[in-house]
Amino acid sequence: MVDVTHGGSISGGTASGAAPAFEVGEPDLYHPRSWVTKYVFSQDAKVIAIQYGLTAMAIGLVALVLSWLMRMQLAFPGLLPFIDADHYYQFITMHGMIMVVYLLTALFLGGFGNYLIPLMLGARDMMFPYLNMLSYWIYLAAVLLLVAGFFVPGGPTGAGWTLYPPQAILANTPGQSWGIVVMLVSLMLFIIGFTMGGLNYVVTVLQGRTRGMTLMRMPLTIWGIFTATVMALLAFPALFVGAVMMLFDRLLGTSFFMPAIVVTGEQAPYGGGSPILFQHLFWFFGHPEVYIVALPAFGIVSDLISTHARKNIFGYRMMVWAIVGIGALSFVVWAHHMYVSGMNPGFGFFFATTTLIIAIPTALKVYNWVLTLWRGDIHFTVPMLFALGFIVTFINGGLTGLFLGNVVVDVPLSDTMFVVAHFHMVMGVAPILVIFGAIYHWYPKITGRMLNTTLGKVHFWVTFLGAYLIFFPMHYLGLLGVPRRYFEMGETAFVPASAATLNVFITITALVVGATQMLFLFNLAWSLRHGREAGGNPWRATTLEWQTPETPPAHGNWGAERPVVYRWAYDYSVPGASQDFLPQNDPGPDLASSGETVAEGVR
Amino acid sequence: MSVILLFLTGILAIAFGWLWRQGILTKPWLEVGVAGPAAPPDRSPARGARVGLAVFLAVVGSLFALSASAYLMRAGLGDWEAVRMPGIVWVNTSVLALSSIALETARLAARRDDIEGVRAGVRAGALTALLFLAGQWLAWRQLHAEGYFLAGNPATAFFYLLTGLHGLHVAGGLVVLGRVAWRMERGAGIARLRLGVDLCATYWHALLLIWLVLLGLLANWVGDFVAICRQLLT
Repeated sequence: MVDVTHGGSISGGTASGAAPAFEVGEPDLYHPRSWVTKYVFSQDAKVIAIQYGLTAMAIGLVALVLSWLMRMQLAFPGLLPFIDADHYYQFITMHGMIMVVYLLTALFLGGFGNYLIPLMLGARDMMFPYLNMLSYWIYLAAVLLLVAGFFVPGGPTGAGWTLYPPQAILANTPGQSWGIVVMLVSLMLFIIGFTMGGLNYVVTVLQGRTRGMTLMRMPLTIWGIFTATVMALLAFPALFVGAVMMLFDRLLGTSFFMPAIVVTGEQAPYGGGSPILFQHLFWFFGHPEVYIVALPAFGIVSDLISTHARKNIFGYRMMVWAIVGIGALSFVVWAHHMYVSGMNPGFGFFFATTTLIIAIPTALKVYNWVLTLWRGDIHFTVPMLFALGFIVTFINGGLTGLFLGNVVVDVPLSDTMFVVAHFHMVMGVAPILVIFGAIYHWYPKITGRMLNTTLGKVHFWVTFLGAYLIFFPMHYLGLLGVPRRYFEMGETAFVPASAATLNVFITITALVVGATQMLFLFNLAWSLRHGREAGGNPWRATTLEWQTPETPPAHGNWGAERPVVYRWAYDYSVPGASQDFLPQNDPGPDLASSGETVAEGVR
Repeated sequence: MSVILLFLTGILAIAFGWLWRQGILTKPWLEVGVAGPAAPPDRSPARGARVGLAVFLAVVGSLFALSASAYLMRAGLGDWEAVRMPGIVWVNTSVLALSSIALETARLAARRDDIEGVRAGVRAGALTALLFLAGQWLAWRQLHAEGYFLAGNPATAFFYLLTGLHGLHVAGGLVVLGRVAWRMERGAGIARLRLGVDLCATYWHALLLIWLVLLGLLANWVGDFVAICRQLLT
């Protein structure tokens, strides 16, 4: 190993690592004075993270129930008499929008981002705590407004989560009068709130890192969250512009997206708009959104695998480059969602090519995870199980993505259950598995207690196997030609009766898997009091958040002095070390013995 | 979507350049010790605020680049009837430029510790920015009177949308500038004003730049320019 202290000796290079020069000019920490400012209108990133997490999980439960209702209709049409076609479309729309935006995006960036960025980087808090607090409350307002959609006249919009015009704002689409307006305003609020949070995450990564924490020493979790946030900041404006323009079309009679159209025999008061324009704007946001959800998952999984296999991550640099590369590439693949939209067919070739290129850095990450596991000391802890489950699921979902990325294969499969199965595997189940794994992993830090392992293992196996039982047959349904978004199939020549049997099987499995999530919620609540005491670093992990003086970390995170970082985040199974890992803020045996040896950088 | 892709290419170039300088080629597993330059990088709240503003401006830039993309895509369709620009828009443009200059003088005065200069600059900047908004409002009234309604041709709708979005951003900037001015009028020292004035000036310049690009779009200079380039190429 080479000791590198790029210029200058390590002044006072003790384990505690006093770094007076860096403490100068550190932002003043806001100190809460009352219960309200500590737990409700809190400016502490850790509290905000928990607020984000609980809100996202609550609204996610609503989306889960909606999926149950949809599955009931598909398997047993007419069994629940209150589900008519309008309600079915409303359930589809709300389920999709909640899961993608209000649950996954909010939980990964608002939840894990807020909790982990300051702690993993050795910061005391985010750079703009007030803005951070505002971000959460605007998010909450967006969620409440979204839920209000269920109670407005006509109910929420039923245009599908893509909200394609002209369908979305024409009469006879459910929720045309109020629902669509509520949805668009809620999305705009979400984006405004997210931008406030996102500014925080980015600037904290840029400016808030502690001494010694170079970019290339950041854990991959932070790389994932950071890149995803940058992408979200650049991509969400597309949705914002689209939402504003559609709101104008709906409320002020403009024709941005609305072509001249005849509705139930009458000429609608629109003319000259371009529906494809909306699709371009929507997918310019929509495709990066897939990676906004996936990149934090990639990062977290890398850390979980490395920690629980007691082995350094294979190809750290490649992992970082792949994250950045995927982030950049994901902005030039959006039109692969639009092969059948009627856009210039020449575009198809370009977008199919970029889509396949993105498979390269993605595959690279998968190989690196597998090679990290190779001859590792694998501990089958609950977080590890979820991380392994993610890798398998992501490969499965990613491979069907290669099918759909090709124009000739996509055209016949478009709008079938195959697409539903594909995106549920790759951006539904896979990131959710990571979220579960991450919660099992960091819950001890957040609460000071371990989650129950037996319940966790039951939760994992039912969720993991159940997800396959649900979504694998769905691919087959899609290949048969069963279309998505159909309220009921009725009699069709090309779909055999056995498809109905399969639908019943999928529904029953979905009910069981959904119910198992209650076990997880019970575990969360129960372990808060009755879980085993975790101690500061139960997984013997290297990253900074496990080295806080107190668990759960106190306000300000680090006591009197911020930690100093001496090494990267993956020193597991280090030869000659007293334990099998060296925390990032540990100067280590080499340095302690050799004193202040300094060598020039190995760049 | 060419505008947004061009914009993103710019962002990407900056990002990659920055990553390069941050040592994305280092091998962290070989490096032990406190890495980084001997002199600590600037981690002050002021620096954080500046970086924050830069990131925010990238988001704003993305918003307007996307709007411009949508505008150009729509303008390519057959039934586009360009808006006849109301004359007052040109006056507004120069007022916004004056506003930008005023805040720049305030920023320079703040560097010189010249509180009187800061006062004059901030007041002039805020006033001219308000004047700009009023002027834009008049431009809308004028268009409306001439029969260019929001619900008419998409070109008109885009005119209202783009000027409206830009106006909202100016108004948001005015709220922040108002806070700085409030502190100033209550006798805050120059040290407490410097950062606010500095950030406002940067924001104002960015909004001026965005406005000039929008103006080029709305007055169809960009379209003409593209047409000329196309002729040269073919």
